[in-house]
Amino acid sequence: MIVKTLPRRAFLKASGLGLCAIATVPFEAGATPQDVQAEIDKVAGTQKQVDSERIVLSLPEIAENGGTVPLTVAIDSPMSDADHVKAVHILAEGNPQPDVASYILGPQNGKAELSLRMRLMQTQKVVVAAEMSNGEVWVGRKQVKVTLGGCGG
Amino acid sequence: MAKQDIKPRVRVPKKLKKGELFEVKTLVKHPMETGLRKDKETGKTVPRNIIRSLHVKYNDQDVLSAVWHTAMSANPYTSFFVRAQDSGPMTFRWTDDAGEVYTKEITIQIEG
Repeated sequence: MIVKTLPRRAFLKASGLGLCAIATVPFEAGATPQDVQAEIDKVAGTQKQVDSERIVLSLPEIAENGGTVPLTVAIDSPMSDADHVKAVHILAEGNPQPDVASYILGPQNGKAELSLRMRLMQTQKVVVAAEMSNGEVWVGRKQVKVTLGGCGG
Repeated sequence: MAKQDIKPRVRVPKKLKKGELFEVKTLVKHPMETGLRKDKETGKTVPRNIIRSLHVKYNDQDVLSAVWHTAMSANPYTSFFVRAQDSGPMTFRWTDDAGEVYTKEITIQIEG
């Protein structure tokens, strides 16, 4: 496993929640867009992946504090028994690990909309993969600029 | 952090009609230690302790499950939607790496 030290700058700035007071914490090399794609491939298996505009990610364009970035994911789905979102996976391309969170949903939710707050280490793309009841996997992405890194993920 | 310090909070609308869509907002006070941080004084890495999962049931039916990773913020907040059915309990269950379980139960009130 490759171990590399992050740029000091990223850490010195990242003391937002008092969580990263030390500047030289070495840890695993960060996630890459390829890692995120690998995660989506794992979810999708042989099912079709569709870049979908029906996934809307609401994120601040510029996140001042990477330690707590609000995200709302809304997926345009009737959420009926026949046509609904089964699961939502939230991934980040530039964090130490690509996974952020996964949610299992169903018709009982009535509306496929979730909010949460996430840590983002640096400027990067947040990716959402939604498993649909027809087997397709919808993918949505949004770039977010991070001025203060979020405590190493 | 001692268990008694961690109080989950849940918010739902007070009055609901059957069939109505409503938002459920949840917040737990929890440090969500990433396992990447070092203690300033001892220089030792603070072990990871994050809330790994949230399970929500409404009248004993699963309405939402979540799996969280280190990229969830401290004091994790999440919200989602549910369609109102009958009056009854909604239960929340969070589990962290240390094996602590935090639970909360609220009552959904349906009018009429």
